[in-house]
Amino acid sequence: MEVVVFIACAVICVTGAIGVVVANNPVHSALMLVATLFGVAVLFLTMDAQFLAAVQIIVYAGAIVVLFLFVIMLFGVYRSENLRVEPIAGQRPLSIAVAVSTLALAVIIVAVATGGSPTGQQAATEPLVDSVTVHSTSATEALTDNQPIGEEIFPNVEQLGRVIFTDYVWAFEITAVLLTIAVVGAIALARRQRGEEESAAPVSPAAAPAPAAAASAASAPIGSAAASATHTEEA
Amino acid sequence: MEVTTAWYLILGGVLFSIGSFGLLVRRNPLVMFMCVELMLNAVNLTFVAFGRDLGDIGGQAAVFFVLVVAATEVVIGLAIVVAVMRRQPDATADDISMLSG
Repeated sequence: MEVVVFIACAVICVTGAIGVVVANNPVHSALMLVATLFGVAVLFLTMDAQFLAAVQIIVYAGAIVVLFLFVIMLFGVYRSENLRVEPIAGQRPLSIAVAVSTLALAVIIVAVATGGSPTGQQAATEPLVDSVTVHSTSATEALTDNQPIGEEIFPNVEQLGRVIFTDYVWAFEITAVLLTIAVVGAIALARRQRGEEESAAPVSPAAAPAPAAAASAASAPIGSAAASATHTEEA
Repeated sequence: MEVTTAWYLILGGVLFSIGSFGLLVRRNPLVMFMCVELMLNAVNLTFVAFGRDLGDIGGQAAVFFVLVVAATEVVIGLAIVVAVMRRQPDATADDISMLSG
């Protein structure tokens, strides 16, 4: 049963990943990314990481991909990249070489770490702990500091919360600072200055400032449409 | 037949190499960000797999922080992309060089 779930999720993940890379339209790439993220979330579930599976769906599929789609809809929905042409000569073969060597390196490391067999069959018994003992050890290890050790096995969310708010509490606080900085930085970068807004909204090619003149004439309607869209959104 | 940790690690390696290939090949900055997300997910998969293997919840805690950093990176990166695309709506990755002034 577990094998079936794993193989199904692996197929979904790899198909989605290839779809992200080869899709012409960025919207299709984003939707393929959702497929991969769902596959990874189900794999988290099979590894007893329920909290991370939920967070994966909520944060990635719910927030990050939606953010991607917002930006695509604002700017890039009409244009699709022509994948036939190769912008730099020899880029694709070199990229394939890099990807294949990365994969080969990963497989070699896994093979060495699991004792010679790439599937890890024989080695799984000795250096790798099997999943039955993992429950008890991780539950008790999370408690060794100052909590009385009960016989009960703590659920995943409780273990994770215990670790994050004790051992990793500094990292957690710094994470909060990081998120605050990110919000401030995103607003500072994406917000339109007041002077810029007034000059950009009634755009006419003659009155456009110097940076806007760099944009081609064909793209001017799209740009003004996007500008008016953001303008109404702000209002 | 049993699903061992090595299976998850190899799947993570496959996802990572596909992501790195896409990052090197694609020129649309949005798709490049998606490829970075793929690579981060591959690493998350290996973190959770090793965490289960070693019986340590710290692997999952690391994934938690990776998620936060990934979200931050996407927010800042997309803000930069929006700022660039507002000036030049058909920008590719090369046009990010206009950030240098």
